[in-house]
Amino acid sequence: MSFADRTSQLPDDQRIVITGIGLTSPNGHNLEMFRESLLNGQSGVRNYNIRYVGDTLAGVCEFESTKYQSRRDMRRGTRAGTVGIWAASEAVARSGLDWANVDKSRVGIYIGVTEHGNVETENEIHSIKAYDYDVSYWSHHHNPRTVANNPAGEVALNMGITGPHYTIGAACAAGNAGIIQGVQMLRLNECDLAIAGGVSESIHTFGIFASFKSQGALASHQDPTKASRPFDKSRNGIVVSEGACLYILERLSDAKARSANIIAEIVSYAINTDATDFVLPNPERQAQCVNLALGRGGLVADQIDIVSTHATGTSTGDSQECLALRTVFAGCDNVSFNNTKSFIGHTMGAAGAIELAGNIPSFQDRVCHATINVDNLDEECAIPGLVLNQPKERNKVDYILNNSFGMLGINSVVIVRRF
Amino acid sequence: MTPAEIREEIIDILSEITPDEDLSGLDDEKSFREQLELDSMDFLDIVMELRKRHRVQIPEDEYGNLASMGSTVTYLEPKMRDIVAA
Repeated sequence: MSFADRTSQLPDDQRIVITGIGLTSPNGHNLEMFRESLLNGQSGVRNYNIRYVGDTLAGVCEFESTKYQSRRDMRRGTRAGTVGIWAASEAVARSGLDWANVDKSRVGIYIGVTEHGNVETENEIHSIKAYDYDVSYWSHHHNPRTVANNPAGEVALNMGITGPHYTIGAACAAGNAGIIQGVQMLRLNECDLAIAGGVSESIHTFGIFASFKSQGALASHQDPTKASRPFDKSRNGIVVSEGACLYILERLSDAKARSANIIAEIVSYAINTDATDFVLPNPERQAQCVNLALGRGGLVADQIDIVSTHATGTSTGDSQECLALRTVFAGCDNVSFNNTKSFIGHTMGAAGAIELAGNIPSFQDRVCHATINVDNLDEECAIPGLVLNQPKERNKVDYILNNSFGMLGINSVVIVRRF
Repeated sequence: MTPAEIREEIIDILSEITPDEDLSGLDDEKSFREQLELDSMDFLDIVMELRKRHRVQIPEDEYGNLASMGSTVTYLEPKMRDIVAA
């Protein structure tokens, strides 16, 4: 089947496809489990306790971490490294690649992070308190654990990858930013395979919780599974979660040459900046970002089938994103909108990548998963096409548009197409 | 601490640093590196753990004494003689 978007007209060595997905999410440690949870309304949010903050809520990942990493390396490294190694190894295992014979010098690792280093710094300060803050008790592991490239570097060490590796710091737009970096590096022929996406270890830093709490943006609810409630009138903030999602990206020409199972094609993307506030979103710039991605891909709004929204459950953020979406998608009656954070909370640096992944099976089953926990829809968020509480069957799903925004006004959009 | 108690303490530290290793057959006269997957950061972990647990200070130019279990216990014995085992 042929498609009319601009990317489809490019030569195969400029078209970038997804051939593997590895992830761990608070409600599933692989794509099948994650998707099943999304279709069954299964939340991954639970009670959680962290030093100084005390009892709160979080999305916690459970997976067999020793499957791909020794306990020694886990102790040596970081949680971001461990979730990254899991996601990268799963993605490779599911890609059909003959990994032993892949030229590792032509593999690039591009991992988005919201923040990195807070966990280890907090741990060390907490630890030396017992020694009267004598820094001779400060760990020699601190620097290799906290350098910004740590999560990508741990993946490289674990898998023997000698091509480029680095992280992309992009606040909560980082998951999309990692994917975009992978696409660009493949088009520039900097690598032949890109392991790209995002990771988060943020539930292990009390500072993230404390800062959201001080901002009045940390979610609370008697029932943890109902705490993350984007678009609902009674939403009261963000549930912080950990997670990872990494994709195997290849040029279409390479994927065809090895008869790979092609999951989807990345047909467009955009990143722009509000330049208006440290924290508050700017719907005008968000709309511009979505339009930039549509225009770059030679698409118009009503060609999009599913929009995976960024909404985090904050009062202002959700309504402002909806304002942007109303502007872009005005009159588009067949677009479905959903939200993954309502199930798993905010996986921060992983969010863009993980939320896209949960929607990708829609290309096969033509079902748009819901946004759960909407008991009383906020009128300001009542965009037509919002899929509430129950999944929605669609006649077709050809294009998915994935929003992911972050602090300091970074906006990102990725558009993928059925292949 | 007696030499046997110091040895037990080092085994406990090693089991934290190298949780995947079987330490039951460790030969005290052979170097750690011959028998275990240890690098310089791991040796610094031994130094740090001794400092944290017992306030034992090991100057950098004496790290060589930690080459094997035998040399480590011999080196630490005078430093830890007055420490009471937990």
